[in-house]
Amino acid sequence: MKYFQYLLWFAHEHVPFRLIEIESIASALKIPIKWLEPPSDKPWYLVELPSEEAVQKLSSRSVTMRRAIQLWADELTVPKLHATLKEKCLNGILEPYKSKSFKVDVDLFCNSQTQEEKLERIESFSYMPFQGHVNLKNPDVIFQFIEYYGLDPNTAPEYPTRAFFGRVVAESGRTLIHELSLKKRTFIGNTSMDPQLSLLMANLGKVSNGDLVLDPFVGSGSLLVAAAKFGGYVIGTDIDYLMLHGRTRPTRKQTRHIARKDESIEANMIQYSCVDKYIDVIVADSALPFWHNDVEFDCILADPPYGIREPTERIGSKESLPIVKKEGSPVHFPSKVEYGLNEIIKDLMRFSSKHLKLKGRLLFWVPVFREDYEETHMPRHSCFKLIGNCEQVLTTFTARRLLVFEKIKIPQDSDECSCTIPSSSTFREKYFTHGNENRLTRKQKKAIAAKNKEIWFAKLNDANVK
Amino acid sequence: MKLLTHNLLSSKCLKGVKVGYPLRIVAKDVKISESEYNMEFVLKMIPKLDWKVLVNAAEQIGHGNNLPIELIEDYEDDEELLKKIHHVLMEVEVINGELICPETQRIFPISAGIPNLLLNEDEVS
Ligand SMILES: C[S@@+](CC[C@H](N)C(=O)[O-])C[C@H]1O[C@@H](n2cnc3c(N)ncnc32)[C@H](O)[C@@H]1O
Repeated sequence: MKYFQYLLWFAHEHVPFRLIEIESIASALKIPIKWLEPPSDKPWYLVELPSEEAVQKLSSRSVTMRRAIQLWADELTVPKLHATLKEKCLNGILEPYKSKSFKVDVDLFCNSQTQEEKLERIESFSYMPFQGHVNLKNPDVIFQFIEYYGLDPNTAPEYPTRAFFGRVVAESGRTLIHELSLKKRTFIGNTSMDPQLSLLMANLGKVSNGDLVLDPFVGSGSLLVAAAKFGGYVIGTDIDYLMLHGRTRPTRKQTRHIARKDESIEANMIQYSCVDKYIDVIVADSALPFWHNDVEFDCILADPPYGIREPTERIGSKESLPIVKKEGSPVHFPSKVEYGLNEIIKDLMRFSSKHLKLKGRLLFWVPVFREDYEETHMPRHSCFKLIGNCEQVLTTFTARRLLVFEKIKIPQDSDECSCTIPSSSTFREKYFTHGNENRLTRKQKKAIAAKNKEIWFAKLNDANVK
Repeated sequence: MKLLTHNLLSSKCLKGVKVGYPLRIVAKDVKISESEYNMEFVLKMIPKLDWKVLVNAAEQIGHGNNLPIELIEDYEDDEELLKKIHHVLMEVEVINGELICPETQRIFPISAGIPNLLLNEDEVS
């Protein structure tokens, strides 16, 4: 039996989430990873995994990865890569795949190629003793050729600094990102979490088959959908009665005139064929203890209200609705007092210290004003170990961080909990003042960034068009 | 609201309430739906449940399903029982009705399958 290494090939986005995603999935699936190269920001990991089945299981859950490749050649230059590959072909590496239909995909990282250049590259492998037909649509085997030109498109060298060739053994879970697209989702809210980040949360939370998963600020339930897709049985709570009953104002302009029926989290679960994993949603205030003492969740995922997007949401969605108690109204809308971010987080951590299983994970987002960010502001609790702190940059000045905690001990009275994130009102002020001052430049920057990204992905995808 | 959820909820957030468990169920509409049986889930759930509360709740709304009063010891190997438990946990749903605090009789309405546990400002302890 030959010894093989695998190259995990990543999409160039959410880089800070990559390592913890792969480690979390591997840990959830109990797959040992041997690193053949220390993980870096480069778009690949070089690893040894116990079997092709393990690679497939790992890949199928990852949403930062593109595909996994059984590595046949890994060299610093293209000529060397061809030399190595020729020798391996003489030794019969292609034997099992020789007569199968195939195609060769070409990725250039940080460089672009014309269609002709791409064909030229594919032709350069013609010394390989293929006997099967080329089949672009549905080949038996896919081979992947990668040229890496560094991380910065502005300083990309003339020749690649590394080249890989191998057999594709698994595609990643990224198809789920499209499957769960908010554009086609039955029920969404103003703060619906995008599918990729929701899936990332479920992965980082190590959600596994049969787990009991809670989202205490469930909103439109994006996190529940993601957790259910990975086998979690999900429960959510939200203080917003109208939200859970699908009666907030429509957030999609184009559907405003259409009577909305069946808009609910349950309807989303049906849409995505995971309603079997849907337990319930409950209208409740997460600040209050309403769970029975012994309740134990396997994972708690949260996207708490920051008071940044929500107030703007209120103006539109709630002003015309009965906030005060009306005689005879079956539903009572209690008045709400301000519930500061630090309080929310401390409550969430105290709650989780009690109701999360030992070694279970608690994940939530916190907003940060990038200039002011200090790790010491971040929440801590003596029952939890911070094992991940991943930044998602939103604008030049703002970001949010996904904190991943693991419960390391049973709570006692002496437990300490602190959280000193600059208060949400300060944050909001800064967020908006800086936001306004820089709106134009930010918009421009964003446009440029978006364009760069487009070019970038066009490059990456070029060779992958099926 | 599924009976699984009922097993997890209390009214102890109410002022003056000590345990607030189990909540009494008044079911106006009950729906039986289908949910794929998943042994791993049922096995993981059973130790988290209050068995007697589950059996009583199922009986209260007329879907007792012949669950044993005491959970037998080697339930892991009894697939028929596990499937029954799964049915009671995940397939019996109160669509409209009430949850009632055992100590204060405070009513929490269930509508469109969703329980409402919000309190009035003056009820918070
Ligand atoms: C950022 S949104 C969550 C969005 C959600 N992840 C989604 O995908 O739709 C925060 C949610 O917390 C809810 N919320 C605010 N205060 C709450 C409280 N005290 N208890 C429970 N939910 C609360 C809001 O109604 C809102 O739906």
